[in-house]
Amino acid sequence: MRTPDLIRFARDAATGNPLRTFFLVLAMAIGVAAVVLLTALGDGARRYVLNQFSSIGSNLVIVLPGRSQTGGFNPGNAITSTPRDLTIDDAQALQRASAVHRVAPLAVGTSEISVGGKLREVMLAGTTAEFIEVRRLALAQGRFLPQGDWRRGASEAVIGAKIRDEMFARDEALGQLVRIGDRRFRIVGVLASTGQGLGMNTDELVIVPVSLAQAMFNSNTLFRILVEASSRDSIDLAKAQLSEIIRLRHEGEQDVTIITQDAVLATFDRLLGTMTIAVAGIAAISLAVAGILVMNVMLVSVTQRTAEIGLLKALGATGATIRNAFLTEAAMLSVAGALLGFVFGQAGAAIIRQMYPEFPAFPPDWAVLAGLGTALGTGILFGVLPARRAARLDPVQSLSKR
Amino acid sequence: MSMALIELSGIERVFRLGDSEVHALRHLDVCIAAGEYVAVMGPSGSGKSTLLNLIGLLDRPNAGTYRLEGCDVTTLSAEEQAHLRSERIGFVFQSFHLVPRLTAAENIALPMTLAGVAPLRRAERVARALRDYGLEQRANHRPDQLSGGQRQRVAIARATIMQPALILADEPTGNLDRSTGEEVMRLLEGLNDQGVTLIVVTHDGSLGARARRQLLMADGALEHDRWRSPQGLTDVCVLPT
Ligand SMILES: Nc1ncnc2c1ncn2[C@@H]1O[C@H](COP(=O)(O)OP(=O)(O)O)[C@@H](O)[C@H]1O
Ligand SMILES: [Mg+2]
Repeated sequence: MRTPDLIRFARDAATGNPLRTFFLVLAMAIGVAAVVLLTALGDGARRYVLNQFSSIGSNLVIVLPGRSQTGGFNPGNAITSTPRDLTIDDAQALQRASAVHRVAPLAVGTSEISVGGKLREVMLAGTTAEFIEVRRLALAQGRFLPQGDWRRGASEAVIGAKIRDEMFARDEALGQLVRIGDRRFRIVGVLASTGQGLGMNTDELVIVPVSLAQAMFNSNTLFRILVEASSRDSIDLAKAQLSEIIRLRHEGEQDVTIITQDAVLATFDRLLGTMTIAVAGIAAISLAVAGILVMNVMLVSVTQRTAEIGLLKALGATGATIRNAFLTEAAMLSVAGALLGFVFGQAGAAIIRQMYPEFPAFPPDWAVLAGLGTALGTGILFGVLPARRAARLDPVQSLSKR
Repeated sequence: MSMALIELSGIERVFRLGDSEVHALRHLDVCIAAGEYVAVMGPSGSGKSTLLNLIGLLDRPNAGTYRLEGCDVTTLSAEEQAHLRSERIGFVFQSFHLVPRLTAAENIALPMTLAGVAPLRRAERVARALRDYGLEQRANHRPDQLSGGQRQRVAIARATIMQPALILADEPTGNLDRSTGEEVMRLLEGLNDQGVTLIVVTHDGSLGARARRQLLMADGALEHDRWRSPQGLTDVCVLPT
């Protein structure tokens, strides 16, 4: 049988029973669409996280108290050593490193802000003028904390966009006096809104000079020290220098963890990449189910078309011809389902991107190829058994079936 | 003088149903020359269809040899038998056996499609067949849009489209009224007039009587081998003594 005839014959056989064909194609399409859509979500989450991290600041190196293995979070290590605290002196010492461009100490705690009878709990960050540069933040109004001695800060505060809206509504916030904890501060700046992001949400943050924050928390420790390396290439050098400076200051003990954004990114990348693969695997199960469905439907089709198979044999069709006809039909149904599913999946991903523009829900190429490949593979694989059964039917008995 | 087209000797066909055995054909020796018109007759269950299926290479005997055009076909592989069916044998069935989703023209073309004949050649031959069998107006009709007689005409056109040497018809008029049956028989006989060997199974005595030779079956054995008007056809076959 010629290939075009084979394809036409299989197509006619498939369209001869539209309901059966519709459900088969639909099952296959759902499987492929699931792979495309779910991996689009998984990979979208990965890209979203990566984007969020890059927006935190470039060339960022973070020093935090306590020893931990690079890149991993090991609870064992966290417990065994009692780490020395990081102090403002430590942070100032880090400025000496040649590969370091800027340093911003960070002390964090919760406090209350009140103005004009309104009271609200807030996240209070004590830092210095460098913070806005290191974290790549923007101001909506006013100015940031001024440069100056880290140990003496004026009673000035910069507030996040959401705090401003909630505490001042339509009133002017700049220049207002507010009470934070038991101290009075003057608002000098409002941060530009960044929306919900990873890490600290700066919209609900109140920033004050680090010395005042420490006084309010009644502590001289730092939550962490943010360091901006002088260039992307000098991140590793900066890391080594920071580590050496801290070791010297902490009596030869390496009791801090220095993480780079790259390492964090790599960890998240791996984590979310693995998740995407897992999700793809789960979605692929639906393809296997679709494959089994193909087999069942084709087996039923062989039974229903027994008389026709007997006739084809009487008319001179070889077993191979009949096997090919049924295999072609299974393959065609799978291809149709796979293509339809591809379109569904891409459309779904496009709708998600439309609804959440900041979420890059693009299915990765490997997942699309794997989805289409698995669909074809299972369709044909599960088509083999029915096709062979059809090819082996006894012509005389088949012809007597109705 | 025509040569023997079909030589059956010592053919046995036994069906096993659980413990019991049915001897559908017992020690059958038949010889049919090319161009003959043979009616196979006998009561229901006497083995007529079984014999026809064997001759048509749809079934294999349990014992005996079958020589088609001089060569032993009982030992051929399924594949080789399929090729012989495709090129040398045409079937006509009682219940027409048309593919319901295909048009009359497509049904007629089916043996050529299966054999891989080029589309152009196919179209040409189908057009001629449609004309010969008066089906031009029905070319694009599906079987359920055709009358019984038209369906059997399509089936006959299909059986002849590969220009076989042998046409096997198993009660071709069984599902037709008398006059349509007559018409179908005339078509088949017309093919025989052109030299095609024709074997028709029937249990209708008057239809069987039209054939020049009648094989009368009874309980799987050949009871009678009768020539309406002996024309010396026997001498091509070596009859068993
Ligand atoms: N596939 C089969 N299995 C079992 N018995 C069969 C089968 N085919 C035919 N027979 C038996 O063989 C005998 C001959 O059948 P058949 O050739 O169909 O008779 P006819 O066509 O003359 O009516 C019958 O007794 C029938 O029951
Ligand atoms: Mg019969």
